Amino acid sequence: MLSYATRRLILSIPTLLFISFVIFMLLQLAPGDPMAQVPLTVPDEVKQKMREALGVGQPPLVQYWKWLVQVFWIEPQVMFDWMFGTDFSEGKQRVISWQTRSPVMDIIIQRIPQTLWVVGVAYVVAILIALPVGIYSAYRQYSVFDQAGTFVTMIGFSIPPFFTGPLLIVIFSVQLGWFPSIYDTTHVVTDWASFKVQLMQMVLPVMVLALQITAQLSRYMRATMLDNLKQDYVRTARAKGLSEAVVVMVHVLRNSMIPVVTVIALGIPSIFGGAIITENVFKVNGIGQLLLTWLFANDLPGVMTLTFIFAVLIVLFNLIADILYGVLDPRIRYD
Amino acid sequence: MTNSAPSPIEALKDTGPLAPPTSRARDVWDQFRKHKGALFGLGFLIFITLVVLIGPYLWTVDPQKLDIRSKNMRPIYTAIWDSTANVGWNKPLGSDQLGRDNLAQMIAGGRASMAVGWAAMILSLVIGTAIGVLAGFYRRIDGLLMRTTDLFLALPILPLLLLAVTLFRQPLRNLAGPEGGMFILIVTIIAITSWMPTARIVRGDVLAIKEREFVLAARSIGSQDGKIIRRHLLPNVLSPIMVSAALGLATAIITESALSFLGVGFPSDFPTWGKMLADAVVRMEEYPERVLLPGFAISLTVLSVNYIGDGLRDALDPRVRGR
Repeated sequence: MLSYATRRLILSIPTLLFISFVIFMLLQLAPGDPMAQVPLTVPDEVKQKMREALGVGQPPLVQYWKWLVQVFWIEPQVMFDWMFGTDFSEGKQRVISWQTRSPVMDIIIQRIPQTLWVVGVAYVVAILIALPVGIYSAYRQYSVFDQAGTFVTMIGFSIPPFFTGPLLIVIFSVQLGWFPSIYDTTHVVTDWASFKVQLMQMVLPVMVLALQITAQLSRYMRATMLDNLKQDYVRTARAKGLSEAVVVMVHVLRNSMIPVVTVIALGIPSIFGGAIITENVFKVNGIGQLLLTWLFANDLPGVMTLTFIFAVLIVLFNLIADILYGVLDPRIRYD
Repeated sequence: MTNSAPSPIEALKDTGPLAPPTSRARDVWDQFRKHKGALFGLGFLIFITLVVLIGPYLWTVDPQKLDIRSKNMRPIYTAIWDSTANVGWNKPLGSDQLGRDNLAQMIAGGRASMAVGWAAMILSLVIGTAIGVLAGFYRRIDGLLMRTTDLFLALPILPLLLLAVTLFRQPLRNLAGPEGGMFILIVTIIAITSWMPTARIVRGDVLAIKEREFVLAARSIGSQDGKIIRRHLLPNVLSPIMVSAALGLATAIITESALSFLGVGFPSDFPTWGKMLADAVVRMEEYPERVLLPGFAISLTVLSVNYIGDGLRDALDPRVRGR
């Protein structure tokens, strides 16, 4: 197991390097010019100097190498300094956003809490709803509950978040006036009253996201439960005289959870990736919204770094899901 | 001696088949018909396809024509509960803030969404099937192709979509006009980022079918690889391809609308469902129908396509069929 994990971990390094190179070359093809916003009265020589100051004048491969050094060598040093108060990164060039002229990583760190709050809570809520729903509708297949559950799942699959978002805003914040339609990021939780405000503003975006995630998870849970309920060991367990609760909740559920847990692990990168559309609808200034702003502002270092972080998370959690599978299911041997 | 023949058991009494033999297509259709959701989905998909195909000839209003005098009209059914509403038979579904006819925009937007959906789905199926078949059939390139597939699966899709659209919008516009360029771009990008599941499923099936006797028989009579793939392998992997086609159509429509919603889709004067929805969100309180109409159009289309996929999966699976 350990050798498998190590092998996969080592193998993921070239993968990530290749992905970063593809993203970088894609961005190199971009027609945008970082000097597009500079007034036309600025002479061309000055603009050229400014470009060089941003590091744009050099050949692409040199730029790519510098970016690699900054992300893999200097940023970890900054992190180390910040944690232990040392000064390894003193005077070294970090990845700078063209738009704000501040380090990209600092901005990302500022935005992550909002995304984690909204998308993370939605993920947890979705898991808490999806698992019982999936279990029960598999246990009572073709019952009214199962039919209704399947229908709601289908709807959750089919209605895009850019429609459910406005719809929920109209119903709950315009007509009923229960929840605010805009997520106020400056809100600080200090006591119970402000915590309640925070909860209220989270309800709508969490609802939109949770509907989608619940739909996928409960469908998956139902399918694996159905597969397992037909197995011979279930009949054996019943024949031994075990109670129905033990058969379903212990024997079948434990076996069905194996693929579901890996699916949940595979979905975690999307928590950090933020929900671009949902964050946009509810004006949550999280990671997804940040990516959109940077894209429209042609901020190549920002876009590059952020997309690369997403790719790292996806590769990492793919690996974790594979390893989890091996840990949870003794029938699977990787050697 | 009363050694008469023992009376035949019940099952052997039949003199001939009880029902005429049915073809496979007929069996599939019979099973498909049992799935009510799938049947509704098929009906709705045919309906919406007809509307966007024939609609422009029946309702000949130009969707981009500005008619500022009759702007902000409500749909005709608003008159049922609100007799003071600004309605008129010349604009059955009302008009937007610039007086453009909503019905004509819905039809034109549906055309764009369906065209993008179908084109992207077909392109992604072609890529996915080609890579899946090649990887399954030729052992030499299997590793390379499947690592490529894994690589594509590791890419963050929506960020990359946004990235590619914002980056390549201008050059393609110059090449094929604002609408044509955008169409090519969106279709290509959706296809490039969505072929991987198809490739994996097809490869798995091809790997299994390749070892069967009929492929060996075909090879032993001297069939070329191309012929074996076309005549023997492709027909046998058709069912998973059709199921992923339905799911692909649904994702393609949603992705196109999402891009339009975020403002990186088609040019601003070209109506699509996603853009109508995005434009109407700011005036949602006064004119809810402008959000609801395109929203329901997208959702119902995608819902029906998903149901068709569900029904197809059951109908094409011989283990489920006939029960």
